[in-house]
Amino acid sequence: MTFDPIELGSFWMPRQSSTIASEIDFAWYVVYWFDVLMFFGLMIPMFYFIRRFRRRTDNDKVSSVTHSTALEIGWTVIPSILVIALFFVGLRGYLMASVAPANAMEIRTTAEMYMWTFTYPNGTTSVNELVVPKDKPVKLIMSSKDVLHSFYVPEFRVKQDVVPGTYTTLWFEANAKRDTVLLCTEYCGVGHSDMMAKVHVMEQADYNNWLETGRKPGDPILAPDELGKKLFTSRSCNTCHSLDGTRVQGPSFKGLFGKTEKFADGSSAQVDENYIRESLLEPTKKVVEGYPAVMPTYKGLLKENEIDALIAYIKTVK
Amino acid sequence: MAKVATADELGHVPETGGKNYLNQTTGIASWLTTVDHKRIGIMYLITVLVGFTLGGIFALLVRLELLTPGKTIMTAQQYNQAFTLHGAAMVFLFIIPSIPASLGNFILPIMIGAKDVAFPKLNLMSLYVFWIGAAFMLAAILSGGVDTGWTFYVPYASGVSTTSVILATFGVFVMGFSSILTGLNFIVTLHKLRAPGMTFFRMPLVLWALYATSIIQVLATPVLGITLVLLIFERAFHVGIFDPTLGGDPVLFQHFFWFYSHPAVYIMILPGMGVASEILATHSQRRIFGYKAIAFSSVAIALVSFVVWGHHMFVAGQSELSSAIFSFLTFFVAIPSGVKMFNWLGTLWGGSIKLNVPMLYGLGFLFLFAIGGLTGLFLGMVSVDLHLHDTYFVVAHFHYVMMGSTAIAFFGGLYHWWPKMTGRMYSEKLGRLAFALTFIGFNWTFFTQFILGTRGMPRRYYNYLDQFQPLHAFSTVGSWILGTGFLIMGISLLRSLKSGAPAPGDPWKGATLEWTHTASPPITENFEKPIIVTLDAYERPGQETH
Ligand code: HEM
Ligand SMILES: [Cu+2]
Repeated sequence: MTFDPIELGSFWMPRQSSTIASEIDFAWYVVYWFDVLMFFGLMIPMFYFIRRFRRRTDNDKVSSVTHSTALEIGWTVIPSILVIALFFVGLRGYLMASVAPANAMEIRTTAEMYMWTFTYPNGTTSVNELVVPKDKPVKLIMSSKDVLHSFYVPEFRVKQDVVPGTYTTLWFEANAKRDTVLLCTEYCGVGHSDMMAKVHVMEQADYNNWLETGRKPGDPILAPDELGKKLFTSRSCNTCHSLDGTRVQGPSFKGLFGKTEKFADGSSAQVDENYIRESLLEPTKKVVEGYPAVMPTYKGLLKENEIDALIAYIKTVK
Repeated sequence: MAKVATADELGHVPETGGKNYLNQTTGIASWLTTVDHKRIGIMYLITVLVGFTLGGIFALLVRLELLTPGKTIMTAQQYNQAFTLHGAAMVFLFIIPSIPASLGNFILPIMIGAKDVAFPKLNLMSLYVFWIGAAFMLAAILSGGVDTGWTFYVPYASGVSTTSVILATFGVFVMGFSSILTGLNFIVTLHKLRAPGMTFFRMPLVLWALYATSIIQVLATPVLGITLVLLIFERAFHVGIFDPTLGGDPVLFQHFFWFYSHPAVYIMILPGMGVASEILATHSQRRIFGYKAIAFSSVAIALVSFVVWGHHMFVAGQSELSSAIFSFLTFFVAIPSGVKMFNWLGTLWGGSIKLNVPMLYGLGFLFLFAIGGLTGLFLGMVSVDLHLHDTYFVVAHFHYVMMGSTAIAFFGGLYHWWPKMTGRMYSEKLGRLAFALTFIGFNWTFFTQFILGTRGMPRRYYNYLDQFQPLHAFSTVGSWILGTGFLIMGISLLRSLKSGAPAPGDPWKGATLEWTHTASPPITENFEKPIIVTLDAYERPGQETH
């Protein structure tokens, strides 16, 4: 898989592609400028003193001042106040990042060495590919099948470890229609640095369409038989059915459409659209004579348009 | 307010007739059975320098591999082993024992006017225990390496990795005893063996730092030891403690681990701060500014360090409340660190600053620790840490504190006490060159990584997105400059052993006992006659003030 680069939003930070990002970046820039001021506030005097008090003779007079209570109190109390302020700035963003909106859509997320699997509310699943609607809060319910992993999308500024034996959660609301990258940031073994996934953010309508048809905006529109041809391999029909008449686990698709099949229970029927549909959804109902009843059901795994596409494809196998 | 000292206060550096701790007895056996804290310190020094070299070679390999995404010189599995061994060698073989066990062993008894530490035989035993632990680590490397990261996170380390995890963790476990025993020895020595007149508040500040460090070593190390034993049990006998498939809890491991390892980062930095105090006071010829503030801040850091471990786990799955509390407490580490910075600057003010090699390292420490400490604030802010955790930003941060601060202070201390330890002067010219290359190479390598991390580059990555390549390549070039700096440092020190000018007893006009009252190198008993201390820390009789 090739990945789009993380786009830069400034010299330091990636672009902000989620609603929380601006809050995190605000906090980042608060410390950044605080640190820049502190750093120069320390280093300018240091370099000045080095110049000003450079040794001139072996018997330079030195200052006899060895402490100053006022200074000690000042440089203890003032920084204490400042860092407590920093703490609250950080806490604010953290609370925002911790509490998911009540209407967030839940996506079940599973990490394992070395892949990500996402299960959407309607049962659709996707592997190494997270698809979310734009402008809608999404909450991930995550767990790991093996070791620790961590879910990290730099453009969203979110990160959460994924732990075996427990659920961890994370939420975000993507606000830019774009593709970005998800990285694993908890060392998990030899494939750790390749444990990446694509994040596709799309308009709600496109997202709904993807859930229904598996088509993402921009995917070429395929004629049904072309889509069916793809599904034939991507849904592993080809592990049991041949195209050239060879007998594998199940009957070959060669010249199948229109043929009359005899079944194990003695009945027979002509292969038409309804027969193929039934074979996909309830494969054990009519088992062709002489074949084992091993075909799994595709109920819930194939969308309507995909069933149509497979039928169209089988018609073309002559 | 000029004050003239008597000859005795000045401590005429004694004539020793050429006898010293190095030539009193000779032969390998006389070293291996010695109970002299100075010889033990030297043997520790050699040991940690070997550890540093080993860790350094792995570091250069890791950086070289990262020159390009995907394979440059090694496979992913080899890379994972290289970064693990780099981290483990640097942490356990170098930085934890570095200053306390080598420099500390050498100077601590002298600085309080004692002949040796409280338990000289125990001191030698600590060294042997350390060697035994190190041997297990070496065995782990030779029997196929380790690929878990120096943090040994479960369940990867307990159930999945197929490498020599047990040997490595057992090695660390054994080395922990060495650390505990040294800490114990120092605590007792500081309490019991101070010369008459050497009150706690007259001690040089490095001793306060070593004292605080010793307390952490004694209190925290056992927790690491127990954790590693539990890990070994789980891995070897499938006793379920951390692995959820056996009924354990992986986050528990992280709590145990960081309960030790966070205080351990102060085992690493406090001695560096102590050494910096010595260098800055000595080479600016000035009594340190804010003595008590620096001393107490060491103790404060040691105490606070026990209650901030959760800041390593903001996204690990601990509760939100825990994260908030740990974040709050973390900021209180910054206060005593800041207090030290301000007082060091106060020490430079009004001093007579000599920019010799140790002082360059001392000032380099101030510069790099400022960056290391200030970038810790980013990570302490929970919201910002959500983005930066486990990225190269964290890698840059801890290199600024561990290498930029502690290692730089250690090498500065090595130059500073080199004349005392070896009786030879080093070459100023080579030393300056070494410092310049190290300083430039260090910032070149690691500042780049702040940018990488902020832009979203995770750590412990063998392969990476193409967009990060220019910065990775830049950082790798920096590592070559850095490596050259260390090489030249090594050459400068080795050359000085052969051809360095003989060192006077006190080349720096120092004010602490090792300069004022012992020869270079000292005799085995350190002092010709018992010491009575009449001066405050860093007080220089005869020093003109205004
Ligand atoms: C002002 C002082 C400091 C503050 C506020 C600070 C803060 C932090 C925080 C919050 C983290 C966790 C970041 C993360 O994992 O996402 C961290 C990591 C780390 N810090 Fe510091 N720190 C300070 C000084 C030091 C010092 C003095 C050392 C060591 C000598 C040190 C060594 C480390 C190490 C080794 C890690 C990373 C550990 C790992 O995950 O492998 N820090 N620091
Ligand atoms: Cu992972």
